[in-house]
Formats: sequence, structure tokens, C-alpha cells
Amino acid sequence: MRILNKLVSIARERSPWLFHMNTGGCNGCDIELTACLSPRYDVEQAGMLLVGSPRHADILCVTGPVTHGTRAALEAIYTQMPEPKAVVAIGSCPATCDVFAGSPAIEGPLDHILPVNVYIPGCPPRPNDIINGVARAVTILASKGKDSLNKDK
Amino acid sequence: MSIGKSLLALFVIPGLLYAIPMAWLMLWIERKMRARMQGRIGPFFYQPFFDFIKLMAKRPIPRSRFDTLWMIGLPVAAIGALLASLALLPVFSTSSGFTGDLVLLIGLIEVPSLCAVLAGFASRSIFGQVGATREAILSITYNLPFLTAIVALATSAKSIRLTDIALVPSGPVRILVVLTFLFCLPVKLRVNPFSLSNAEQEIYAGPTTEFDGPRLALWELAHGLEWVVLTGIVACIALPFRVGSWMGDIALFALLSLILVIMVTIIAAATARLKISQAIHFYLKWSMGIAILAVIMAVLPNLLK
Repeated sequence: MRILNKLVSIARERSPWLFHMNTGGCNGCDIELTACLSPRYDVEQAGMLLVGSPRHADILCVTGPVTHGTRAALEAIYTQMPEPKAVVAIGSCPATCDVFAGSPAIEGPLDHILPVNVYIPGCPPRPNDIINGVARAVTILASKGKDSLNKDK
Repeated sequence: MSIGKSLLALFVIPGLLYAIPMAWLMLWIERKMRARMQGRIGPFFYQPFFDFIKLMAKRPIPRSRFDTLWMIGLPVAAIGALLASLALLPVFSTSSGFTGDLVLLIGLIEVPSLCAVLAGFASRSIFGQVGATREAILSITYNLPFLTAIVALATSAKSIRLTDIALVPSGPVRILVVLTFLFCLPVKLRVNPFSLSNAEQEIYAGPTTEFDGPRLALWELAHGLEWVVLTGIVACIALPFRVGSWMGDIALFALLSLILVIMVTIIAAATARLKISQAIHFYLKWSMGIAILAVIMAVLPNLLK
């Protein structure tokens, strides 16, 4: 059983699948996130994939402060992701609402709505920082997964 | 075919023991080749294995009992049909088969596609429904040339037993039939330029959009097995001889399958997705033309006699 736990933990570290959601940001962080998939950074060598369905995903990448219009969708997407899962806040917007702070259309920052595991500061953060942040989320995911697997038994 | 031999074919070679590592290897080669052709490094060879383990260990969202039943039942049916069709393949010179196993094989390789269509519609997701509709339309389209080619093959070999068909001396009919099969490979494997039913960035994952955790892992495995089976069929039909020793046979079979995987991947990485009308035109014009030519060449000698 211990070997199985270890195998699962390694598998979770080696194949994080990301789901990307823009909750009303300026699109800058989205461009930096997709740059991670380009030949220059190529996150697929670490097993990371950008998937289209939240049901396939392990890590939810949120860019943007949370607006009224996106809050319901964000919560629905979070509940659709199977456990174990992690949330990464990319850029200053989900962390502090950045320049949008104080706007009546904003419900953020993100940690008022979802439990956030990793913050990646920057406006926008560089692809290197995003990869670093996702890698931190992956270690959290692996350890979180180990506990949850034991709890099942 | 004795029971012991069939069980060996189903569970050892070319069944479970050979097929599952081969499925993961083929999925990896596909991803790695595509990455290399795009100037990326690509994933390591263990990637499909770890993806499978990770998905299996995820705890899916609880659903109603009936939903759980079909969500597990459909991919399991697809995997079962694929393993059974793999066991029918005449990989060895000694594999005897039974009269009519060609018909059974044709039925079995259509099961995964049917399961995907059912899964797409049953998931009640708009992306799943669009994907399932496309899969159904394409399946009708590519089966026309595919079945015509098989009719030509059976006519020219005067048999509906796979071993006889595979080992009959090679002629122009067989070349045309293999060409038709090659045309049908990308659409059956749902890769570019015919990746319409699981078009990523367009309808997300198509029929499997609503599947999570272990249920998705089963679909991934079924997709890998599809690669093994479909390239295996082409490899078996394309080779008119067998080495004789079982190790030589299996090595030749695996080698030819991998070459086919590389060919399909190069085409997939070099092309963009077509529209469904373009895909249908392509199949009805080119593949169907070649298949009809094969039928004429197979039937003509019998008529002139």
C-alpha cells in the first residue's frame, strides 16, 4: 500500500493538467500563460497540459479580479474539478484586485471566494514565474493527494 | 482456435500484456513526435503511464448510480471490444482463426466509436453532443471506403477468414486496399487533419468532456488501444508473409505498427484541422475512388474466367 501511495504521489507530481480561467482581467496574464506552452518554455516536458474541461484538470489557474459576471462560473468550475485539486492565482489581479480595486463590479480578490494555494505576483508575471508557481502547486497537490488517499482507507 | 490459444491471444500476446504497454508507448510517440516537429522537447516516455495512474487515483464528483454505470460501462465496453479485436488479428503464421472472423473484427472495431457517440450524447453536455454528432457523421463516411476495401480484399482472397486473407500472395488489390486503410487511419484515430470529433480549442474534449478521474483514464486507455488495434490491422494486412518464429512475428508486427504511428503523427503534426464537409468530400472522392477501383480489380478476374 505504501508503494502504491508513493506511485500515486509521483504520478501527481509528473502530470499536472491545468485549467485556465480569466475572471475579468486584461488578458496580459493569459498571454504569458500560453507562452509557457510555446517552444521556448515547453511545459509539456514536465507533463503539464492545458486542458479544455475542468473535469479533466488538477490545477485551476485564475487570472483577473473576480467580477460579478464571472463569479458564478468560477464557483461552478471549481466544484466540477475532481479532488485533489489546487488553485493558482496568476498575477496581481486575483491577489489584490490591482488597478480594479474598489470598483463596484468587482467581487474579488480571489481568496474571498476560493481557497488559494499559490500566489504568483506580477503584472503580468513572467512565464518563468508562472512555471515556478505551478511547480509549487504541484508539490502541494502531491502531498494533499497523499493525505486524501490515506483518508479513504 | 482452441480455448487455451484464444485466452493466450486475449491476455498475453497480442492481447493485454502486449497491448497496454504498447498503447502507452504509442501515445508517447505521438506526443513526442508532435512536440519535436513543433520545435519543443516534449514529454518523457513515462508520461502516458503517469497520466493514467494520476487519473485513476483522482476522486471523481459523485453522480447518480445510473450515470456512474454508463460512465464506466461505455469505456469498459470499448476496451473489451478492442482487446477482443486484437486477439483476432493474424499476427502469427500459426494463428488459425475461424471462418468469418473478418466479419466479427469489422463489428468489434466499430464498438469504440459507437461507445464514444453514446457517451457524448448521454453526457448532456453541448460539447459532448457536438463531438458525438461529428463522430457519427464521420464514422458513416469513413466506413463506406473501409468496408468497400474489405469487400475487395475478401473477394480477391476468396475467403472471410483473416489468416487466409493476410497470407494470400500480394497483388495490386492488396496495395489499393492498404492505401484505403491508410487514408482511414487518421480519422479513426481522431488526429489531425480529421480531429473533428475531439477538436481541442473548439469543442474542448468532445464526447469525453464530462468524464473525470478514473472514467477519463479508461477512455485514455481505450484511445491508446485504438492506436494499437488499428495500426495492427494495417500491419497484418500489409504484410503478405510471416517470419515463422513467434518472436520474429511479434517484433515485425510491433515494428510495422510503430512505423505507422510515426507516419500518422507526421501527417497530424503537419496539417491543420479540416471542416467536416471537407473531410466528407475527401473520403467520398479519394478513398472511395481507390476502394471502388480495388473492388473492380478483385471482381474482374472472376467475371472474365
